[in-house]
Amino acid sequence: MEEINALLGGFAVALSPLNLLLMFVGVILGIIIGVLPGLGGANGVAILLPLTFSMAQQPGGTTSAIILLSCIYWGALFGGAITSVLFNIPGEPWSVATTFDGHPLAQKGRAGAALTAAFTSSFVGALIAVIMITFLSPVVAGFALKFGPPEFFAVYLLTFCAFVGMSGGNAAKTVASMMIGFALAAVGLDSVTGTLRLTFGFTSLLKGFDFLIAVIGLFGIGEILETLEEGLAFKGASAKINMKVVLETWKELPKYWATSLRSAAVGCFMGIVPGGATPASFMSYGLARRLSPDGKDFGSGKVEGVVAPETAAHAAGTSALLPMITLGVPGSPTAAVLLGGLLIWGLQPGPLLFVEKPDFVWGLIASMYLGNIAGLIVVLTCVPLFAAILRIPFSIIAPVIIVICAIGAYTVHNSMFDVYLMVIFGLIGYAFKKLGYPLAPMVLALVLGDRAEENFRNAIKGSQGDLGVFFSNGLVGGLTGVALFLLFWPLIRTMLAGLKGNRAG
Amino acid sequence: MENGTDRSAASVRAAEIGVAAVILLFGLVVVFDSYRLGAKWGDDGPQPGYFPLYVGLLIAASSIVILVRALQSSALAGESFVSREELKKILTVLVPTVVYVSLIVYLGFYLTSTLYIAYFMWQLGKYSWIKTVPVSVGVSVAFFLIFEVWFQVPLPKGPLEAALGLN
Repeated sequence: MEEINALLGGFAVALSPLNLLLMFVGVILGIIIGVLPGLGGANGVAILLPLTFSMAQQPGGTTSAIILLSCIYWGALFGGAITSVLFNIPGEPWSVATTFDGHPLAQKGRAGAALTAAFTSSFVGALIAVIMITFLSPVVAGFALKFGPPEFFAVYLLTFCAFVGMSGGNAAKTVASMMIGFALAAVGLDSVTGTLRLTFGFTSLLKGFDFLIAVIGLFGIGEILETLEEGLAFKGASAKINMKVVLETWKELPKYWATSLRSAAVGCFMGIVPGGATPASFMSYGLARRLSPDGKDFGSGKVEGVVAPETAAHAAGTSALLPMITLGVPGSPTAAVLLGGLLIWGLQPGPLLFVEKPDFVWGLIASMYLGNIAGLIVVLTCVPLFAAILRIPFSIIAPVIIVICAIGAYTVHNSMFDVYLMVIFGLIGYAFKKLGYPLAPMVLALVLGDRAEENFRNAIKGSQGDLGVFFSNGLVGGLTGVALFLLFWPLIRTMLAGLKGNRAG
Repeated sequence: MENGTDRSAASVRAAEIGVAAVILLFGLVVVFDSYRLGAKWGDDGPQPGYFPLYVGLLIAASSIVILVRALQSSALAGESFVSREELKKILTVLVPTVVYVSLIVYLGFYLTSTLYIAYFMWQLGKYSWIKTVPVSVGVSVAFFLIFEVWFQVPLPKGPLEAALGLN
């Protein structure tokens, strides 16, 4: 088993004292970020990314840096569950389904049980996803080594079409948001021809828009503005969690193994397909409600109703990293920020990473196992501490978060212009969120825009402008075909429903 | 939702139309600039505007769909996008934030951040100065220690840091 050997090598990297320390620091920071309003996985990682620039320059430093950042991501995933259960405020969109049964449980005085169930099933979901990543990613990467520009562009196309097809919301808004991302990515110096695009003579636009600034503004400032109008009072259930409750809940959990496995499978699949964690958590909650013998009691505080969405969300959040490291296509906004980090550190994400930087890849994968164990230990022991953060009055926490966002935006390029941009992106984020424009496609397009365009250009350059190159062989044709099918899936579904309706009528 | 004390400041329909119009304008700007750069097939491959042209066209097309839908829908006109009360709350945060980021260049990061946090606590939290001063100063000192000392990431400084000899 080649993978096992590589993984053991990865554990050796991840288990160094420095990396273990960073793991705990990352998880704790991540939980705080997940608990705080206005900070989430994506912008939390974006703000802390500049702090890793100097770390990444030391030998072996990129591995330490990715361990720190990915552990912030795991921590944020855990942190979302705390606010959902105790305060009925989903810290992250994928925690919304956790509030359905988690908060009623807390109101019944079983907050400890709900939290234990949430954390444990998060851990199980992540573990299953990491095992899948361990064995599947070398296969995918090996397969992708054969990819040329047309195939890579087809993969990007698939990613973006999946957004349109799977988003379920307003397709026109998804397209608008995504294309704005592409347009913003095109601003600045065109790397192929050296022409300035869309700068209109403004020198500050020469460098283009950095997606980190967009992420900090859209998710950070935008969310603060939104939280503000919803009212500032957080009323939470008290969080008591002790070994007795933990052990009692653990005794109850094996009963739900079927739900667990099903949710993990849904999560792993949905995580690889972009669109990710949020639909996965809703889908597995819905499935569990339909298939469970106590289905009709869901919503009144069932432990199983916490297990299903949490397992799926964490599995999806974890497996979103599979396409990120193997293909260079992130499955979620946070994975997109991590990918951006890799690029800044001078690593080329994609299949070659497995060949050229095995230490990095396997160190990262090993840290996924260890980081989630660290996360489970931290959350089970320190819940009351983290819950106390939410009791800090909003009039203190809001300006502090905005200051942190401003520092984060400034440190990306040491530029004040970026801080002004962050405020503008904040306003855009606020308006878009309220009107139901999805933000994730814009962020992904900003990150991938240049690479997608480069591959598109190289592909059609090779074919002298013939778009038929995207159907020229089975592989690229298959990818493009699936992409187009996903793109038109909403239409196809409406037509199918119409056919059924006619037959019934 | 709407009553005498908390009237709507803008309907969802108006907001939809406004945002879609801005997006349409943006899309047209992209299309225009792509044409200027050349969006055809050059001597050695696609010209720089080739890819952005389609991006711009898609932006324009999708915003027109959104615009037409919003114009046709009368239901959205009754829904409130933001009430006056909410708008007031947002402005009490947004205006100080804009002032804050524009003052950083002149006063430095740490002094402006202290003032900004203090303003929030005093104005929105109604805290007394006895609580406001230690919290706002303490947070800024903590940031200074974390960024300048620990991570060695320099942030913009102003006259205060110069006077204290911290540059």
